[in-house]
Amino acid sequence: MDAILIQLLNGLDKGAAYALIALGLTLVFGTLGVVNFAHGALFMLGAFCAVTFQKILTISVKVVDPSITFFTAYKEQPYLEIWFGDVGLAIIDYAVPLSIFMAIPVMLLIGLVMERGLIRHFYKRTHAEQILVTFGLAIVIQEVIRHFFGANPIPTPAPDIVSSSAAIGSWLGLSENLVYPWWRLIYLAFSALIITSVFAFLQLTTFGMIVRAGMFDRQMVGFLGIDVQRKFTIVFGLAAVVAGLAGVMYAPILPPDYHMGMDFLVLSFVVVVVGGMGSLGGAVAAGFLLGILQSFASMTVITELVPGIDQVIIYLVAVIVLLTRPRGLMGRKGVMED
Amino acid sequence: MSESVLKITNVNKSFGGLKALNNINLNIEKGKVHAIIGPNGAGKSTLLNVCIGLLAPDTGTVEFNGKNIVGKQAHEINQMGLVRVFQTPEIFADLSLLENVMVPALAKRDGSFKFKIFRSLANEVDIMEEAISALDSIGMSDKLYQLAGSMSRGDKRRLELAVCLIQHPKLLLLDEPTAGMARHDTNQTIELLKKIKEGGMAKIIIEHDMHVVFSVADTISVLARGEIIATGTPDEIKGNPVVQEAYLGGSDE
Amino acid sequence: MILEKKRSDLVTMILFSMVVLSMPIWLNPLGANYPDLLQKFAIFGIFAIGYNILFGLTGYLSFGHAIFLGVGSYTAVWSFKLLSMNVIPAVISSVILAGIVAAFVGFVSLRRSGIYFSILTLAFAQMFYNLAYSVLTPITNGETGLQLALEDPRVIDRLFSTAGEGLPSTELFGLSMSGYSGFYFCAVMLIVAFYVSLKIFNSPFGLKLKAIKSNQHRMKYTGYNTRPYLLTAFIISGMFAGLAGALMAVTDPLAGAERMQWTASGEVVLMTILGGVGTLYGPLLGVVIIKYLENIFSAVNEAVLQTFFDFLPSWLQDTMVVIVSPFVGEGWHLTLGLMFMGIVIFLPGGITEGFQKMKKRFFTKENSESSNQEGK
Repeated sequence: MDAILIQLLNGLDKGAAYALIALGLTLVFGTLGVVNFAHGALFMLGAFCAVTFQKILTISVKVVDPSITFFTAYKEQPYLEIWFGDVGLAIIDYAVPLSIFMAIPVMLLIGLVMERGLIRHFYKRTHAEQILVTFGLAIVIQEVIRHFFGANPIPTPAPDIVSSSAAIGSWLGLSENLVYPWWRLIYLAFSALIITSVFAFLQLTTFGMIVRAGMFDRQMVGFLGIDVQRKFTIVFGLAAVVAGLAGVMYAPILPPDYHMGMDFLVLSFVVVVVGGMGSLGGAVAAGFLLGILQSFASMTVITELVPGIDQVIIYLVAVIVLLTRPRGLMGRKGVMED
Repeated sequence: MSESVLKITNVNKSFGGLKALNNINLNIEKGKVHAIIGPNGAGKSTLLNVCIGLLAPDTGTVEFNGKNIVGKQAHEINQMGLVRVFQTPEIFADLSLLENVMVPALAKRDGSFKFKIFRSLANEVDIMEEAISALDSIGMSDKLYQLAGSMSRGDKRRLELAVCLIQHPKLLLLDEPTAGMARHDTNQTIELLKKIKEGGMAKIIIEHDMHVVFSVADTISVLARGEIIATGTPDEIKGNPVVQEAYLGGSDE
Repeated sequence: MILEKKRSDLVTMILFSMVVLSMPIWLNPLGANYPDLLQKFAIFGIFAIGYNILFGLTGYLSFGHAIFLGVGSYTAVWSFKLLSMNVIPAVISSVILAGIVAAFVGFVSLRRSGIYFSILTLAFAQMFYNLAYSVLTPITNGETGLQLALEDPRVIDRLFSTAGEGLPSTELFGLSMSGYSGFYFCAVMLIVAFYVSLKIFNSPFGLKLKAIKSNQHRMKYTGYNTRPYLLTAFIISGMFAGLAGALMAVTDPLAGAERMQWTASGEVVLMTILGGVGTLYGPLLGVVIIKYLENIFSAVNEAVLQTFFDFLPSWLQDTMVVIVSPFVGEGWHLTLGLMFMGIVIFLPGGITEGFQKMKKRFFTKENSESSNQEGK
């Protein structure tokens, strides 16, 4: 029972990351009709926003270490600590959550530049060319990051106060030993918040209505005299922000490295396809579903039964779904069914 | 009575609550041109799709040369001798005109699949000569190596017709062959349609342009609200009061 | 006319063979005539030629071809371990096994087209990579990669001789497959592969594949069952990839899972489109350019750059070094990505198309100039 609950939470966590990336991917595909292989790179860039912000906050100066008295020793002390003392240290501690405020404008900007500079010119090209050019872009982004941050994963810890585990066992009246990291719970709640706000935004605002109409019938919206181009740019920016925020918050869970984008990309494509290309609800549902599935498949009981199933389960599901129900779980009939 | 090529018997088709085809009976005879006319939404496209086996009827049978074609795949139906011309010309835009007609000629000879990767195309003299003469018949033999995609819409239509005719179909289905054409092109197409009669090929034409219909058709069926309200020679149809009411006169088209 | 055409195929093959086999000579001035690089040209040439048969002729963009490359390598190494160090059984079994795997992957993936096909192949690529990396460790030796060992049985070899000391090397009836002889073996395989590709391009079969790329809908209504055509093309290109993988193991008998990563399939796409997708020679051109540049770029480090920009004033020298250094050495992949984007954006038809455009522009310019002069 405990193990199942833990795996469920693990699955939800993974699923939340998949869902957030897939959400943007399917939003961009549904409105712009572009298959964006650089979307994983946006997730990675988000994580590196957190890394960068942390690095900026911890810019240090060499000072004499007063704790060592018998010779002159030096230590690195962050400026923030020198200037603000304990408050400064607290700010550093909260680098990851605070970096959200930096990530939003940065990711938005990156998204807008990407759409204006590149994606826009590929609306009318073939899907193959869209895939290839965004794949090239993904490589470029990834290599630029490697150039500046190196090839090794960079630990980006969560604030101290949530670095411990929550005693969910005792809350639920289960075993005392049943604990789960606080940050992962926060990540889950955060993802739920983001997903809800994206849906609320699309359901409740006029802009969202146009976007949904655009996903339904792009040409028609164009005929209505609505400036679709500009809307598309904003949609792309929005997708970039969502992927970026997912990346920021995921940084304490998985120390960011330059190829994490590519790793998540294939998975999120699988999620989009399983959910149904261009279906937002499908992307979210499939994200969580596959996350949980993967998580349960990695339980010892299962892997003993079918060795290695955890490594391939997601792809197997994707292949089966694509073959038996090509429009995915929640895709509209007739969309990309050939 | 002459030989029947396509026989549609008691066909019904509904989409949800909408009855698209209501008890259709149609008999296309060998060597005849059969036109199907009717106002928009009368069910012409549905009937066409049933004819080529793309849509399965709810009830009833579609027989081509005595063989049931419901549920057969597109290439199987083509290989049986039922060939379709599309409303918007479907050609191989990235291939040359010569290649455009060679591909169907090869299909006629080789069947739906043939694995012969080491045969040289240059050795297919018969196919090439056939293709050139097919292009000649539509007056395009002077631009064999031009890309098909670079031609005008009217030329694409004529090319598609050549693509279909080179297969010597038993029944040719034409979906509005002159839609969007200029008068001159239309007349050219009418001439072409009249000319191609060898081998007892039957034709079904779905057309809006009455000038075309009455120039080429041997038999006309009028479709309205999913039913065939009249079938007869052009003169009979012209004089039929029911048709006039439903289509020619009464409609506000 | 027919005879002429036949001869021209023969002429093409003779010329091609001459060019390939004399590579060690004419690449000398470029400093690219050492066996390692030449082998790479030939091996990736086969890979790209095969990929082009699928992507170039039918337009189906696969991210799964690294699977067959990996299968080829693993099979070859197993053949070296179990049967013989002779390369013939290794190559044959690799091609066959890669073909079988390709038949399976292709059969499933080709039930869909467009991006769905691409994503299906992507899923397969990741699945096979995971299998090779961890699940099938007994067969692939997981992270470490599959290597030769002293205690390998090598049944066929043992029939003729006893095991020598130290690891044996790959050979072709006594001829060691390292250095130039290795290159010549790969080159002969490349010539064979090119011949197959040439025949396909010039056959009705190739024409039908092109027609599928152009308009699959029309193709079906023209009486073709397109799926077996696509599957055949997929299997043939998979077998080419298997051959390339086997040759990698021939020249260096080890096989690792990283060879199967889907991004490795991305590299062959780049080579194919850089040269000119769907053209006969384009993919080879792409391979030579990319492997040559890779060779140069990844060898360059800051010291080399310093000497390269030596002629400049020192402040400019330093600036240039700072500007250029991200793109060389470790940064080669950055250059590769930029090239990739540049080609897709500005020259989707690749260098071959670029040449044609230039030729056209040049000629029309000349023509217009001459007509102007006539006008005067």
